[in-house]
Amino acid sequence: MSQLAEDAPSSEPAEAPTAAASDPSYDGLRLQRLTKSFGSGFTAVDALDLDVPRGSFFALLGPSGCGKTTTLRMVAGLETPTSGSITLSGQDITFAKPYRRPVNTVFQSYALFPHLDIYENVAFGLRRRRAKEVKAKVEAMLDLVELTSQARKKPAQLSGGQQQRVALARALINEPEVLLLDEPLGALDLKLRRAMQIEIKRIQTEVRQTFIHVTHDQEEAMTMADTVAVMNAGVIEQMGAPAELYENPRSTFVANFLGQSNLISGTVVSRSSDVTTVDMHGIQVSVPSGRTHVDGDRGWVGIRPEKVLIGEEGAELDAPGNTIPGGVISDVSFVGVSTQYLVRMPWGQELQVFSQNTGRTRMFRTGERVELSWRPEYAFLLDQAQDASAGAQRDGQ
Amino acid sequence: MSETVRRKGRIGYLLLLPAAAWLLLFFVVPFYSLVATSLFDPAGSDFRGYEMDYAFGNYVDVVRDYAGPLGRSLLYGALATMFCLVLGYVLAYAIAFKAGRWKNLLLVLVIAPFFTSFLVRTLSWKLILADDGFVVNTLQALQVLGDDGRLLATPVAVVAGLTYNFLPFMVLPLYASLDKIDHRLIEASGDLYANPFVGFFKVTWPLSLPGVVSGTLLTFIPAVGDYINAQFLGSTNERVIGNVIQSQFTDANNYPVASALSVLLMVLILAMVLVYVRRAGTEELL
Repeated sequence: MSQLAEDAPSSEPAEAPTAAASDPSYDGLRLQRLTKSFGSGFTAVDALDLDVPRGSFFALLGPSGCGKTTTLRMVAGLETPTSGSITLSGQDITFAKPYRRPVNTVFQSYALFPHLDIYENVAFGLRRRRAKEVKAKVEAMLDLVELTSQARKKPAQLSGGQQQRVALARALINEPEVLLLDEPLGALDLKLRRAMQIEIKRIQTEVRQTFIHVTHDQEEAMTMADTVAVMNAGVIEQMGAPAELYENPRSTFVANFLGQSNLISGTVVSRSSDVTTVDMHGIQVSVPSGRTHVDGDRGWVGIRPEKVLIGEEGAELDAPGNTIPGGVISDVSFVGVSTQYLVRMPWGQELQVFSQNTGRTRMFRTGERVELSWRPEYAFLLDQAQDASAGAQRDGQ
Repeated sequence: MSETVRRKGRIGYLLLLPAAAWLLLFFVVPFYSLVATSLFDPAGSDFRGYEMDYAFGNYVDVVRDYAGPLGRSLLYGALATMFCLVLGYVLAYAIAFKAGRWKNLLLVLVIAPFFTSFLVRTLSWKLILADDGFVVNTLQALQVLGDDGRLLATPVAVVAGLTYNFLPFMVLPLYASLDKIDHRLIEASGDLYANPFVGFFKVTWPLSLPGVVSGTLLTFIPAVGDYINAQFLGSTNERVIGNVIQSQFTDANNYPVASALSVLLMVLILAMVLVYVRRAGTEELL
């Protein structure tokens, strides 16, 4: 797994900052070979290379314990890297004290000062830097987060969502070059979370500062960020736009952590310039070369459940492509907009199929024999050396 | 529903009863008797008995006669509280933030002196500060004290003794409120451009104020009333109000004067505490 991630930058030279070791012209945040080991011998972050362009909304996504928060704390200066460097606008800040960095953090716990009112909490950073026009700035910021009427209250008198906004305002008012958000919505209920996601996105669009958002919630990362970096075991597994990550995962971890995937064992039969043909339990399927992420001949054929079409056995399907007969429905759950099927294949594996309830096909019942198919351009091929269930337990944490 | 509520209320009162009876018997009654005695005719005596004649003049008399010891009590108490705060804050801060796994051991060490008697500890200070003891000899060698300078029987010894004896009462509440401070708040202050020094005064100190207030009260109140330290470590020049009350009660048998002094001391301390708590602005934190 880590092998794959370390290879990743070399396969994509545009994202390999090592080439431009100390390029002072890069105006974003650049992490180079950043490593953090703790005394116990545990390496939380392992030779991480990462470029965050100025003004982008960047998400670090991963399960708990993957090193994303440690990375964030190193950028904030709250943790000292074991090795590697952090540069911001060409300036080395690897060992700069936290209070000397143009970086502010929205803490997971909010960490609002309980003895100060909302106004003074927001003004804290400005007062420390002896900024001018504190009053006007604080009022404008409270207006932005819609908390003007709460200015003289203490944090404990506010609701969770309001406290969250105070934490955001308190960091944003300092106009940091980089704003770090450490699981900022983790303590909110689902409805408020959705509202705050939109709110934070709106604010980011308004202020155009660099936001780095750490989260374990893949949906949150995908809705909010322009670029998502999926992190696992101290390294970045894959990085890109949310749709790109979802549609073309390069590892089983990403395939399972972002949404769900069916991974079917197969053997590469032939490769051409644009298509890889794979033998999947006796059935030949094809995968585009650009979505083939395996060098050897054993691979996992991956397909998202919503890309799989389900039909009567022997019926003509409207998806010309890979067709697999011989499935038996083993479970049906109707969830309103779609129906989720579990289909047992002849080789014993159960595949997930999400079928939109468009009304054009009938619902199948448990025990019925069906045929599955998908368009070849939606399939992807992953290295079979990787664990097929890596990253799948994200809801269990 | 309302029946159970009423029943619960009744149980609550029942549970209050033993403590209330205790306080009534051993606090309210003696307090009433103390105030009453302070207003007795001072001309009375053990033999002839006392008469109640609302002699408020007793208070004027004791203020006139014992202003010196009264002032010394407040001064020594205030000085000891100040030293306790400085020493105790550093110690409590170190235990709360820097001690790691030694935390519990250090806390036990803070409390350890309580395992021996207050009297014995104060008497051993007499040895430490004795004229030929190593402290005096060292200070003389360093020219801090003159060749015939001494510590015992001076205000320094009394304040040192008070500071030593009441230090744990300062350290424990300070530790309790420092230990409660969320470390992430201090990180947040650093993230918001406060260097460690500013961060301390803007975050740690204000959040430890409840501990500072309760620590100073727990130190100041008993230190003002204490007379053991003045008795053993001071001379007649360091007589404090406690010494006077004690001798008026037990040697001179002048109960009205002794009572008036006791009530006066109590009222004074209460007034000072109220002003202090107001000024500290921590009513809501207490």
